[in-house]
Amino acid sequence: MSVRELELDLDAFEGPFDLLLTLVLREEVPLVEVDVAGIVIAFVERLAEREELDLDACGEFLVLVASLLELKARSLFGDEDGELEELAPEEAAEELARRLEEYRRIKEAALWLAERLAGERDRFFRLGPAPLAPPVERRLAPQDPALLAAAVRALAAEPPQVSLKHLELRFPPVTQFLERFRALLKRRSRFDFDSEVEGLSRIEQAVAFLALLDLCRSGEISIDQVRPFAPIRVAREETGRSEEKEAPWTVRSA
Amino acid sequence: MDRPLRLVAANPLDALARTLESLLVVASQPLSVDDLAEAAADDGERVETALGLLGERYREGRSGIVLEEVAGGWAFRASRDAAEACGRLFERPVERGLSQAALETLAVIAYLGPCSRPEVARWRGVAVDSVVAGLVERGLIAEAGRESGIGGAVRYRTTPLFERVFGLESLAALPRLEELGGEDGEIRDRLEALAERRPA
Repeated sequence: MSVRELELDLDAFEGPFDLLLTLVLREEVPLVEVDVAGIVIAFVERLAEREELDLDACGEFLVLVASLLELKARSLFGDEDGELEELAPEEAAEELARRLEEYRRIKEAALWLAERLAGERDRFFRLGPAPLAPPVERRLAPQDPALLAAAVRALAAEPPQVSLKHLELRFPPVTQFLERFRALLKRRSRFDFDSEVEGLSRIEQAVAFLALLDLCRSGEISIDQVRPFAPIRVAREETGRSEEKEAPWTVRSA
Repeated sequence: MDRPLRLVAANPLDALARTLESLLVVASQPLSVDDLAEAAADDGERVETALGLLGERYREGRSGIVLEEVAGGWAFRASRDAAEACGRLFERPVERGLSQAALETLAVIAYLGPCSRPEVARWRGVAVDSVVAGLVERGLIAEAGRESGIGGAVRYRTTPLFERVFGLESLAALPRLEELGGEDGEIRDRLEALAERRPA
C-alpha cells in the first residue's frame, strides 16, 4: 500500500496524503489547522484492514508524519525557529512545560470569564450606539443687503473666457534649423549658438538645439562649451562631411 | 423604608446630582467622570461626590434603576431583582453561545492584548481566525493598530463593551493570571516523572 495515496478526511483537508504534503509545503494549507492525529488514525485504520504488516509503508509513514509534526511544532513556536534547533531534550521539555502551563492559565482565565458571565446574566443594561454630538452652531455675522446683492451679482456674471493659448504650442520643424545652420556654416566656419538663437521663443530655441545635436551626430560640426551655462560655440568640422563618413560622436561638452 | 433623597435647590451639589442623573439616563454607554464633569460644566471632584449621592439613591434593593461603575465610567442598569422580567422582553445578545474557544481567545486578548491572531494562535495552539472574527462581530474585541514592520498583523484589544458585559470596572478588575489555577508546576512534575521512567 502506498502511504502517499492514503485518503484523508480532515476538517482542514480532504484528499490524498500526498496532496496534503504538497499543499503544506507550498504553504497553501496552514499546518496549524491540520489535525495530525487524524492522519495517524486514518493510517492505522488502513493498516488494520490489511492482514500483513507492510514495514516499508510504516517506515515511510513514520518519517513523513514526524517531519509534519516537527514543521507544525515549529510553526507554533513562531519566530523562535533558531532557538528550537539548539534546545537540549531537557530544555525542550522545560519549554514545553512552560507553554503548557501558560495555556493552562489561559484556560483558567477563560473559566473565570465563563463563571463571571453566568453571574452577570441578571444584569440588564441599555445598549446602543452613542447619541450624536450636537452639531456645531455656525452664527452668521450681520449681513448688509447691498453686499449680498453684490456677491450674487458677481456669481451671476458670465465668467471670463479661459485662455487656451498655452495649448497651442507651435513646434517649428527641426529641418528648418538644420538648413539655417548649414547655410550659416557655408559662410562662416564657427558661430555662437546663443547669439544665433537670441530673440527666438523657448520652443524655437529648444528645436534649434535639437538641430544642433543632429548636426553634431552626423559629424558636420563640433560643439564646445567652456563651462556649464557658458555660450555654446559651434565650429564646422572640416573633415567630417556626412557624405564621406559616419562620424563618431564629437561632443566634447554638452 | 428609606426616605427619598430630598433635592434642595439651594444646595448646588443636589443640582449637580440631578444634572448627572439626566446625563446618565440619556447615555447608552458608561460616562467617565471627565465626560460628566465636562457636560455638567463642573469639576471632577464635585462630580464624584454627587455620584456618591446618586449611588446611594440608585442602589440594588432600593431602586429599579441601579447606578454602577463599569467599563471605566458610570452607567444606569436594571436592578437584578427585575432580571426575570427584563429577560421576558430583552436578551443579552452579545454573549449568547460564546464557545470555549471564544472565551479562551477573549482571555488571551484581555490579559495579553493588544495582540495579533498569530500570537493568540501560539497560546492556544490552533488557528483562531474565525473565532476572532466572531468576537469582533459581537463587539467584544476591536482592532488596535498593527504589529511593527511592513505588513504587520492586525492587533486586537478588548472593548469597553467587553468590560460592561462582564461587569468589570476596568481590565484591572480581572484576577491576576498568576493567581489563577493555583497548582503551579503540576504539569512540570508529571513531565519530569515521565522523563525519569524513560530509559536513558
